[in-house]
Amino acid sequence: MSIPLNYYIVLSMILFSLGIAGVTTRRNPILIFMSIELMLNAVNLSLIAFGRYLGDAGGQMLTIFVMAVAAAEVSVGLGILIAIFRTKDNVDVDVLNGLKG
Amino acid sequence: MTDLLNSPVWRDLFVNSADQIPWYAEFVRSLLRFVIALAGGLGSVPILVWLERRLLGFWQGRLGPNRVGPFGLLQPLADALKLMMKEDITPTNVDKTLYYLAPAIALVPVICSLTVLPWNSSSDWGAVAPHLNVGILFLLAVASIEVYGVILAGWSSNNKYSLLGGLRASSQVISYELGMGLSIIAVLLMTGTLAMQELVHSQTIVTNVPIPDSNYSVWTQSVSAGFWNWNIFKLFPFGLVAAVVYMISMIAETNRAPFDLPEAETELVAGFHTEYTSFKFAMFFMGEYANMMIVSAICVTLFLGGYTAPWGILGQLPASWTFFPSSVLNFVNHVVIAPAWLFIKLYTLISFFILVRASQPRLRYDMLMHFGWKVLLPTALANVVLVATSMALQQLFGAVGHFIAVGIAGCLATIVLWVAYLHWKARKSGDEASRLPIRRESVVRAIAARMPVED
Amino acid sequence: MTLQALLSGQGLMFLFFAVAAIASGILVVILQNPLRAALSLVINLFSVAGLYLSLNAYFLATVQVIVYAGAIMVLFLFVIMLLNMGQANLNTSYRGVRTIIAFSSAIGFGGLMSAVALKGQPNVMLPADAMVTGSSAGSVEGIGKVLYNPNLPWLFAFEWTSFLLLVAVIGAVVLAGKRQQPSEDKA
Repeated sequence: MSIPLNYYIVLSMILFSLGIAGVTTRRNPILIFMSIELMLNAVNLSLIAFGRYLGDAGGQMLTIFVMAVAAAEVSVGLGILIAIFRTKDNVDVDVLNGLKG
Repeated sequence: MTDLLNSPVWRDLFVNSADQIPWYAEFVRSLLRFVIALAGGLGSVPILVWLERRLLGFWQGRLGPNRVGPFGLLQPLADALKLMMKEDITPTNVDKTLYYLAPAIALVPVICSLTVLPWNSSSDWGAVAPHLNVGILFLLAVASIEVYGVILAGWSSNNKYSLLGGLRASSQVISYELGMGLSIIAVLLMTGTLAMQELVHSQTIVTNVPIPDSNYSVWTQSVSAGFWNWNIFKLFPFGLVAAVVYMISMIAETNRAPFDLPEAETELVAGFHTEYTSFKFAMFFMGEYANMMIVSAICVTLFLGGYTAPWGILGQLPASWTFFPSSVLNFVNHVVIAPAWLFIKLYTLISFFILVRASQPRLRYDMLMHFGWKVLLPTALANVVLVATSMALQQLFGAVGHFIAVGIAGCLATIVLWVAYLHWKARKSGDEASRLPIRRESVVRAIAARMPVED
Repeated sequence: MTLQALLSGQGLMFLFFAVAAIASGILVVILQNPLRAALSLVINLFSVAGLYLSLNAYFLATVQVIVYAGAIMVLFLFVIMLLNMGQANLNTSYRGVRTIIAFSSAIGFGGLMSAVALKGQPNVMLPADAMVTGSSAGSVEGIGKVLYNPNLPWLFAFEWTSFLLLVAVIGAVVLAGKRQQPSEDKA
């Protein structure tokens, strides 16, 4: 007796939507980053659930890649953030519009 | 519950023995095993404190604690009692939730890692999950959580010294975790397993003879096995290099002298636990010493043969002593002799670290980072590559392959040392200003300026 | 039938960690203090690791804790402390209309996808023997045998992932590293 795959998928969707809500409402880039991590985790969860229920090892492999990419993304993203903070005191994403034509 | 119990995770975690008993009985038995490990782990903290103070006293030409109990043995208990009785002060303006949470976060992971450390080879009286497939990864994961206690303590105390101590501690731990992980990878390459129990067994020759008409089996260490089978002597220079890298990172990881920058009392009062008093301080203190025990035990398990004897014949009572029932013989072998060897090795190692503390001056912070990133990490990385090279060459050429790898290592080391010498000479002849490393004082000042000053 | 499934071992694990994951996920989105939001995210990552355990992916559960909780989130905490965002809540306030639109679109998206998931393929179950025999797919050996198998598509991608990480390391050092400026002492 196992629980259906759908439960994992719905949970993953809920976490993903929370991530979307975070990305769209937050204005602090660090919190936006964290919401993106939330979304990546939701995707990882669904990948592993699919892999387990469909008997395919690919789900776990893709999860490894997602984790590696997330680590790379965070290190570079936080580096950019620190660089921005050195030049400006405000890290509100609405104010960071220096590239606007 | 049967589905979960039959899943591989659960089997690795709890079902050690072959005999079928109900899941709740299995659970209770695992709980008992864990309590035993907890008693051994946390119970030796006072002994460790006493040993450290006495040895420090010995090496510094004084007595150390000698008033409470015989040889001052009860001094740690008296200290603990004093700490409990003290007033518990919570400073104003601290972040209360995190301030209370931090000591617990510092202590709990240490306790968790007791589950996978094997202290005998028995499936009945052993550790909870020594066969866990991802054992050493589990230990690394747990070790990486401990940083949170330090960071949160430093942050929530609302004190600039605490914050600086917390930042120092966490960056130090993260930096030295790399060297530690890479030295562990070298061992994993040699032994080909991540489970702690198999790591121990790969360092000796064992036979597990089942006793007829009973549930027991006699675990015997072969006489032809001994300390020469330990990982520290495997693939000769490489195992030793891995062990040395691990031991250095281990001292840094536990924030002990000469790497005790986070608690440098001349610079930071007491670092991240400046604002902690009474029981919460006791938790930090206990976590620190228990952590020292755990990392030393991992070191013993990885490099020094774990609970096995340095010579096979010392590992168990002779099987010819048939005037004892086999169950008694088995019990003594597993519950007395194996843990005794583990503790002997553990305390020898820890005494060595106390000697290091007594004899070495504290590093400067930039030296610490320089050493971790530019010396220890490349050494460990090169060591991993060389272990792999040696093993690949041994597959191709047999035993000669190892000597080829050692030759490559020797050439590499010579080149690196020569370049370093030239560099050193050039820097020495240059002016003083170019020699001084770039300080991070502006960052420190920026943090200090942002923190509200209470006093 | 579903109730019975939820009361099985896997179901109980799922229930516990799912509730923890959703609750901490909500906290990540609504908490004003960045440090506390980060700690909620740590709890969320742990819960997801627990969910991996319930799916027998225990190598990945450990890696999740090491990589996410041990490395990425510590980096987050570092930056939050370094930029001293713990007390200043200036940058985290919401804006009325945009917040409403954002939350409703998120709820709409989540609801739509959940409806699709629930309607499309109802009741995909584990194969009957998967639980008992327990595939070794989640163990270190299982992962390694698939990942390093040259006949499967993962090896090449894995090698390039290491290159990606190298690029990221260099990028992070270049971006966050100290620049030698003539007048450093103006702060």
